Amino acid sequence: MNKIFAVAGVVIRELYRRKDFYVLFILTVIITGLSWIVNFFHDEQIIRFIKEICLLLIWISALVIAVTTAARQIPAERETRTIFPLLAKPISRWQVVVGKFIGCWIASGLALVVFYIFFALVSASREHTLPFDSYFQALWLHWQFLGIVIGMTLLGSVALSTPSANMTIIFVITLGILFVGGFLHKVAQGMSEPSASIVTAIYFIIPHLELFNVNELIIHNWPPVPWPDVLIATVYGLAYMAVFLVAGCLVFRRKALN
Amino acid sequence: MRRALLTIVLLLVLCFGLVAWMQPRRDARINALEPAGNSTLASLLGDGRQMVADYFYTEADVYFHSGYYPSVFDQARRQEEADSDVSHPEEGSSAQEEKGYMGPPLDWIDAFGRHFMPSRHTHLHGEAIGEMLPWLKLSADLDPHHIQTYLVSDYWLRRMQKSAEAEDFIREGIKYNPHSPDLLYALAQIYLEDRKDYPYAENLFLAARKCWHERDDSKPEPDPNHPSQDAKDYLLLERIYGGLDRTEQAAGHLDKAIEYLEQLKRISPVPQDVQKRIDKLKLQIQKRR
Repeated sequence: MNKIFAVAGVVIRELYRRKDFYVLFILTVIITGLSWIVNFFHDEQIIRFIKEICLLLIWISALVIAVTTAARQIPAERETRTIFPLLAKPISRWQVVVGKFIGCWIASGLALVVFYIFFALVSASREHTLPFDSYFQALWLHWQFLGIVIGMTLLGSVALSTPSANMTIIFVITLGILFVGGFLHKVAQGMSEPSASIVTAIYFIIPHLELFNVNELIIHNWPPVPWPDVLIATVYGLAYMAVFLVAGCLVFRRKALN
Repeated sequence: MRRALLTIVLLLVLCFGLVAWMQPRRDARINALEPAGNSTLASLLGDGRQMVADYFYTEADVYFHSGYYPSVFDQARRQEEADSDVSHPEEGSSAQEEKGYMGPPLDWIDAFGRHFMPSRHTHLHGEAIGEMLPWLKLSADLDPHHIQTYLVSDYWLRRMQKSAEAEDFIREGIKYNPHSPDLLYALAQIYLEDRKDYPYAENLFLAARKCWHERDDSKPEPDPNHPSQDAKDYLLLERIYGGLDRTEQAAGHLDKAIEYLEQLKRISPVPQDVQKRIDKLKLQIQKRR
């Protein structure tokens, strides 16, 4: 376990050395600030519009940080040939993959905490309330979402030839699932066979990332999701992370490194 | 080397000449399409602005329902967009609460997913109504010829006691749509009900009536079996005459109010009701004498 956390520690240190997070965070602050100062009919109580923009930016930033961090891990080690001294140590290939995954996941989680603290400050400054339960659920579920995406990205990074191809595919798949994934069964209802069965099968196979998005609930001040449902969603997320990690380890085990 | 340099200079001169030739034409084209007041967002979006404006207008309705809104994959979406609650909220009172668009879940993922999204039909109330106004403002910035956006915003702003803001917004709409009877009628309402400036309100109602005739006289008569937006909008004309009647009554000119009601009687689907109002006014005049 120590070996896995040693690899993870290196990944976490890499995140705060790189400038991606700082740039994206500053951009989020600036754009949210601009939407804050825009005057709509002299109404200074308007907050949902600002919350929507801030959350959209947080989701974009977190996705970019997670995918770009995870996609570069193993290809960079291979490119700089540091993978050889790493694997020469008493560490197995699956430990490297799991270490990279945990590192990316924790690093993304730390970035998320900063983003959500900023969001909570923005929201509380106008609403004068802090629905801690709702915001914690949003952060937690968002983190599970990132875990699945990082798992997918790591699998892509050992299966695909270049990081750029991997990142493009992951962005397309993730956005596709987020926007369309939850409606595939409805789309299938209007299709003829065999397309309907294929689309329905895809609907049940894909990880339903939209389950982890509770933005509408926190923008419009709905009550928090029941905790047992959050627990089930967490188990659902962990199951998909495990699937992608095992697949990634299996592919990497047989991968030629030179 | 000298030849390459000359070629670059030639290309630069060509580019500059092309820009100098195109710029005034482009400006003329944009001015013809949009007389003034292009926002930065509108410039950035170019011809796609109308699509984005429609999206923002729908977002206002989404906010009015606090996020409970059918997706583009739901059957109810088309109906909701065509007949949004935000444009006639009085029909969506709590007594007439909708049952919702979702229906029974199709599978366990659908059922489970409903815990993570708004799943109850509600409407914004009180000061929270202001939350949807940014979308309406942005929509109007992008598509200033969509009259409904101004009318909906005006309705909500006045309900929020923001009459001055409503007037500014309606005037902005009139700047882009100077002959719109709907906008002139909305402005007249502000002067009649909020400002109590009856002479000014009367002038605006008369201007609205004139614009209505300019716009609708050439249109076909409405067919109750086949409702069409291209037919004469008698409902608006009725409202204009109703506004003129109320203005004259408020100013104490009952004779003129009767004149407008006589004109309203000719187009009203319930002329007997209008006649009752006329009789009532005539009685008032007799009592005064």
